[in-house]
Amino acid sequence: MAASKKKPSPRSKSSRIVLLVATRKGAWLMHGDSARKNWRVEGPHFLGHVVSHLVLDPRDGRTLLAATKTGHLGPTVMRSTDRGRTWKEAAKPPAFAKAPEGEKGRSVDHTFWLTPGPRNEPNVWYAGTSPQGLFRSNDGGVTWQPFSPINDDLQYRKWMGTVQDGTPDGPKLHSIIVDPRDARHMIFGMSGGGVHESTDSGRTWKAILDGMETVAGFDRNEPTFHDPHCIRICPTNPDRLYQQNHCGIYRRDGRSAWVRIGRSMPKKVGDIGFPLVVHPRDDDTVWVFPMDGTTVWPRTSPDGKPGVYTTRNAGKTWQRLDAGLPKSQAWWTVKRQSMTGDAQDPVGLYFGTTSGELWMSRDEGRRWSCIAQHLPEIYAVEAAELY
Amino acid sequence: MKVLIPGALRSYTERSEVEVSGATLAAVLAELDRRYSGIRFRIIDEQDRIRPHIRLFVNGDQVRDLAQPLAATDELVIVQALSGG
Repeated sequence: MAASKKKPSPRSKSSRIVLLVATRKGAWLMHGDSARKNWRVEGPHFLGHVVSHLVLDPRDGRTLLAATKTGHLGPTVMRSTDRGRTWKEAAKPPAFAKAPEGEKGRSVDHTFWLTPGPRNEPNVWYAGTSPQGLFRSNDGGVTWQPFSPINDDLQYRKWMGTVQDGTPDGPKLHSIIVDPRDARHMIFGMSGGGVHESTDSGRTWKAILDGMETVAGFDRNEPTFHDPHCIRICPTNPDRLYQQNHCGIYRRDGRSAWVRIGRSMPKKVGDIGFPLVVHPRDDDTVWVFPMDGTTVWPRTSPDGKPGVYTTRNAGKTWQRLDAGLPKSQAWWTVKRQSMTGDAQDPVGLYFGTTSGELWMSRDEGRRWSCIAQHLPEIYAVEAAELY
Repeated sequence: MKVLIPGALRSYTERSEVEVSGATLAAVLAELDRRYSGIRFRIIDEQDRIRPHIRLFVNGDQVRDLAQPLAATDELVIVQALSGG
């Protein structure tokens, strides 16, 4: 039997989990007790605002960034340095460069994805936008600048397509990953545009599509036709990536091709979905939340029976985890940023539905319970540890 | 000139009405942004286009051109679409 690649959990100080819940109508913080059994709700913050992503800076444990807009007003980023007690708007939110005279430039509709930079760059943040754009802040989110040439590069603009080519609520740049070993190594995905990798701090990028499939009839060599939904890096093995794509679940090791590990999912369920969560210490374990991708693509739980699926062997086999979840007539959608895990042992898992329910498991998915209802449409859930 | 501020933007001005000077609509918006940092980007995008669900009215007439000349006695109303959801 091969030795387990699961790393032991570190000796943990006393800590508790806070869930950062971004919704169509505001943001909420859910504070857990040390056993993750009781949850206190804090909010709403920004009631009525569309909050796409709410992230706590793990480097200082107190700075929060929220990507917000309203239905009518332009986008911005809100910043708190006291865990949400007070907020201040970014002085210069992400915005594309002004187009030369006579040309039609793009405008950011909303910031979609926030990623804090590496530990040794404490004030660096990255943002992905809709339409697709990549931005960086060097001052903790106060001001933002276009990052790398891709926002205006002719080839990338062609691959990105137009808003007509994207999702109904706009094409997105997401899953911004900074390699924890080397900040020069970065990855991002585009819904319509594929997966891209840089090894020189974003100066140049390369599409990494080998092994990925597209919808039948589309050219697999063309980045435009690839639709990655969510890409994650394994914290304990950063050479390994997992990806939930419009066309299946994939794993990539090193610089090899993507392998469609979702082929071993049950045929009746399929391997289409939005979110994907990786185990913090075991690079063979991930969790996904399948959705119905048949006919008109309902994007709801297959057959109205929600279930989380996990693999403990890097995708060779999958197991269904649905104890505590509704057994029928539960037509849930869980968006790509709405499922997450904490780093405790056993791992706590959390997901939020577009019907406003927040569910969790304290035992890596063996049993689920609902910890919040009646929230607006949930767009993102992040779990942060407070000491 | 008088500028009427919609409810959604009053977190910037703390008032429903402000007095701002400027020879053109663009100049008035620039002055608004100088005094209430960030307000302009919520209604005008980075390509200097009026955002889709925002309308600007000068003396009751809708204006689409930021180069529109303005007089000190004019009244600018910033309106966001009534629909939402």
